[in-house]
Amino acid sequence: MNAQGKVFKYGDNIDTDAIIAARYLNTPDYKDLASHCMQDIDTVFAKAVKEGDIIVAMKNFGCGSSREHAPIAIKVAGISCVIAKSFARIFYRNAFNIGLPILECEEAADKIEAGDEVSVDFKSGKITNVTKNETYQAEPFPDFIQQIISSEGLVGYVKNKLSK
Amino acid sequence: MGMTMTQKILAKHAGLEEVNAGQFIEMDLDIVLGNDITTPVAIKEFEKMGAKKIYDKDKVVVVFDHFVPAKDIKSAEQCKVSRCFCKEQGVTNFFDVGQMGIEHALLPEKGLVVAGDTVIGADSHTCTYGALGAFSTGGGSTDMAAGMATGQLWFKVPSAIKFNLTGKLNKWVSGKDVILYIIGKIGVDGALYKSMEFTGEGVKELSMDDRFAICNMAIEAGGKNGIFPVDEKTIEYMKEHSTKEYTIYETDNDAEYDEVIDIDLSTLKSTVSFPHLPENTRSIDNVGNVKIDQVVIGSCTNGRIEDMRVAAEILKGHKVHPDVRTIIIPATQAIYKQCITEGLTEIFIDAGAAVSTPTCGPCLGGYMGILAEGEKALATTNRNFIGRMGHPGSEVYLASPAVAAASAIAGKIADPNFIYGGNK
Ligand code: SF4
Repeated sequence: MNAQGKVFKYGDNIDTDAIIAARYLNTPDYKDLASHCMQDIDTVFAKAVKEGDIIVAMKNFGCGSSREHAPIAIKVAGISCVIAKSFARIFYRNAFNIGLPILECEEAADKIEAGDEVSVDFKSGKITNVTKNETYQAEPFPDFIQQIISSEGLVGYVKNKLSK
Repeated sequence: MGMTMTQKILAKHAGLEEVNAGQFIEMDLDIVLGNDITTPVAIKEFEKMGAKKIYDKDKVVVVFDHFVPAKDIKSAEQCKVSRCFCKEQGVTNFFDVGQMGIEHALLPEKGLVVAGDTVIGADSHTCTYGALGAFSTGGGSTDMAAGMATGQLWFKVPSAIKFNLTGKLNKWVSGKDVILYIIGKIGVDGALYKSMEFTGEGVKELSMDDRFAICNMAIEAGGKNGIFPVDEKTIEYMKEHSTKEYTIYETDNDAEYDEVIDIDLSTLKSTVSFPHLPENTRSIDNVGNVKIDQVVIGSCTNGRIEDMRVAAEILKGHKVHPDVRTIIIPATQAIYKQCITEGLTEIFIDAGAAVSTPTCGPCLGGYMGILAEGEKALATTNRNFIGRMGHPGSEVYLASPAVAAASAIAGKIADPNFIYGGNK
């Protein structure tokens, strides 16, 4: 499993309101959510993002409420992976649960810049900065998380479990 | 290697001899909780999973508290979805208007959570029950759905920070001040993914309500859970409220901690969090002159009977400042009733406060006390993010019920000692 795309870069403590503002939570349409993703801190993101692109951020990404709309908006916008120094814990759960791969890597967060072309090997946790010709090592996903991701999230995982 | 209390509870529920920090496990859940906002989303996911029946009708708990009694049509519709689901599934612990209270005050009071339990709730303040020596933490709606469907959920075993408490709190200083002080010290991500274990001689000096308030705000330091050891006070509380069997887990002597922080409770002062992060704390003698428009005493942090008693003790014989709208919300029906029995409600009303039926209401900017642009509120709640209680241009200051009551009288953020000339 791999991801490759262009990087959108953000700072510390990006909260769930910045990712998707509460005023858009009344829509059941995920495409609609995605079109407002990051809107309050980055007006360009929703228009510029392409399938496969990657978000890189600093510490405590996704802090704030337990809303699952946040990782959903990011995923539906086309983002293939989020790399950060650290994630807020409920966002961390929710991301895997809805099938959005996320990786923690201090070095990658420090060195990768906006616009860099980056690829990620989920199995080994190796992050390659194609633009800068550098590599960084993140903790690879534990087997259990690999299973959830390959089931496209917790819903798929439980569905398989129940049908056994 | 030794395990922490939290790790032992997790190991037991995962059917393992031992677990280590960072390990992924799937474990059994004793309680799966949802509220009026998160349950409808979880029901949808539950259906997508192809699930038909909840795993145990006594272990799924649904509490309406955020926008209830329904504040508008949308909240009424949301409630209707969950209400039908609960009836259809035969959920025994479903709390609707007239029975409901704020979930994290209600579950311990109803005896639904006891020491040694594992609890997942689709609400971030589910960490409250650590006060009883249980493992409890918040998740998303999909977590709730998986919990309802299978009675199991995945977790990453947390490492821990130990808070070694000594000494005794001074008059008017409470559990709320302890946790605000800690968050001010370690920051909003100071305990990210970790257990916050509160131990030491000082624990016995803390009431159960103090402990609930402390564990409630573990999430505000980024923590996965907060937990207290089980002592005589815990056992007494559980005997009074529950018939469920409990299990006491004790931390091993050689358990590893990422950090040990010593806190002498006798040195703590009343503490206030300034906007817009809980970590922006100042001790009461450094708050300066902050005029306020509203005081809210309530929420899952400080809507319990002791909080009501402290507020009444200070408000008795006083009038709230004419410029301060004071709203008091006992967290559950039982607390509401006790306020009446003990004469607290009369004191509140005589002082000029509004007293409401249990609800989260203003805590999340829902209803029952929304702020206009430029207004400032001092609240006993747990979050002061931008716009949390209303207009994005309003401000929320967090403090204890004692500071809240004193401030309601003074019209500005005030030290309860000041109201009493320093020596009550
Ligand atoms: S009182 Fe506030 S923090 Fe507690 S459950 Fe209700 S909305 Fe959440």
